[in-house]
Amino acid sequence: MAQDTRGLTTTVEPAVRVRNLHRSFNENGGVLNGLDLDIAPGEFVALIGRSGTGKSTLLRALAGLDRDVAGHGQIEVPESVSVVFQDSRLLPWKRVLDNVTFGLRGPDAGERGRKALEEVGLAGRERSWPYELSGGEQQRASLARSLVREPELLLADEPFGALDALTRIRMHALLRKLCEAHRPAVLLVTHDVDEAIVLADRVILLDAGVVHTDVRVDLANRSRSDAGFAELRSLLLDRLGVDSE
Amino acid sequence: MTTTLHTTPVAVDDKGDASDKRVVRRRLGPGRRIRFAFWIGPVLALTVWSIGSATGVIKPAILSAPWDVVVAFEDQWVNHDLLGNILSSLQRSAIGLFLGVTTGAVLAVISGLSRIGESLIDGPIQIKRSVPTLAIIPLFIAWFGIGQEMKIITIALISLVPIYIHTHNGLRSIDGKYAELAETIGISHGEFIRHIVLPGALPGFLLGMRFAVTSSLLGLVVVEQYNAVAGIGHMITLAEQYGQTDVIVVGLVIYGIFGYCADSAVRLTARRVLAWRKTLEG
Repeated sequence: MAQDTRGLTTTVEPAVRVRNLHRSFNENGGVLNGLDLDIAPGEFVALIGRSGTGKSTLLRALAGLDRDVAGHGQIEVPESVSVVFQDSRLLPWKRVLDNVTFGLRGPDAGERGRKALEEVGLAGRERSWPYELSGGEQQRASLARSLVREPELLLADEPFGALDALTRIRMHALLRKLCEAHRPAVLLVTHDVDEAIVLADRVILLDAGVVHTDVRVDLANRSRSDAGFAELRSLLLDRLGVDSE
Repeated sequence: MTTTLHTTPVAVDDKGDASDKRVVRRRLGPGRRIRFAFWIGPVLALTVWSIGSATGVIKPAILSAPWDVVVAFEDQWVNHDLLGNILSSLQRSAIGLFLGVTTGAVLAVISGLSRIGESLIDGPIQIKRSVPTLAIIPLFIAWFGIGQEMKIITIALISLVPIYIHTHNGLRSIDGKYAELAETIGISHGEFIRHIVLPGALPGFLLGMRFAVTSSLLGLVVVEQYNAVAGIGHMITLAEQYGQTDVIVVGLVIYGIFGYCADSAVRLTARRVLAWRKTLEG
């Protein structure tokens, strides 16, 4: 089941190509140590790993937010990249719609923003201030802000980490629906193995700054009660060093 | 019900509504707004002054009675062109304040966003801050003469400092994560300033504005003692020479009203434009 990405025979150019990526915050060893990664257009990849294995470092490198971090390597990403952070990062001084359309150009920006808000189930909240939204609603607004830009690559750094379990389940369904509609390549960093299996086409496990495990999620049924789900879950937990029994 | 309470809940008066029974915590914030709260303090001060004068506790030689001040006000208005003096003072402080606020805000943004700007601007302003304006005036008289120019520049310089300090501080306190977001969205430098820096620094700017407004009045009092031919300060200087306490108090009251109204205006504006904040201000 585990397979190296370089072994895959793909005819299309990958949306993301990372080669021999090194990043380190101090001299005592790197966070990323020669990492290679390809993500196909429209592919949903979940990135898991223990704390400090370089998940966020990789994501920030792809987002171009690591100019002060030492390292080298090749990164190719599409023109339009959008980031969803763990906190919604809505500008508190802008109303919800203005947050969604922030930086968007063109005369139809408002209309597109309204449509995006409707897609994430926030129709009617255009004029609200961010503080008036619940945590889940804020995160949905931030999803709308990302998707309205029609990104070719969506980077999400534990976007549901701060949400409660019920809201999380609803957000999973929403994110899958949105990704199926817009087909961006997705890299989702998460701590949650279940979340990774429910959402992703491929799960990548980082360890010591390289890809340790790379598995394709070929499940007809992504319900937690499915046998394949449980098998994949215990494989990943095992590789993470957690005793799943 | 088994909840662990660290403070004793206070029972509220149920206003005859038996169906509404609740356990309410003691409020730690300032609570709901009081109507006309703004005027209660000043009206109380006026009351104490009136009672003091009426009972003779406050002698007229120390402080004229409020009604004598009203009479003096009328006399000044009718016979000595008080309105002209007020307008002349207002014009002076408004022009000075406008120049000071604009320059202060622009300098704060430059010094807040650019390291080179900071190294050029921040030091001189901190130095200017510690030099009393009164001590600079003789120099300004030598440079700009004793006319309107010197007066406006002095007022501008006095009001520039608080605007600069508070706007700069407000700008630097903006959470770095918003800048990071702006970077991922890919906006221009101008848009970054317009949509993130200015709104983020606005609370600081408005606080600076409250200081600047009163500073400009302070500057007004000082500069109008120098060779003014009109203005409230001029009126006070004349009254001083003739020993007219009531006229001096008229001048002081007018300064007080200026400051109070200007400060209220800034606070009301702040409440309106900072509606996006959920703070104890409420």
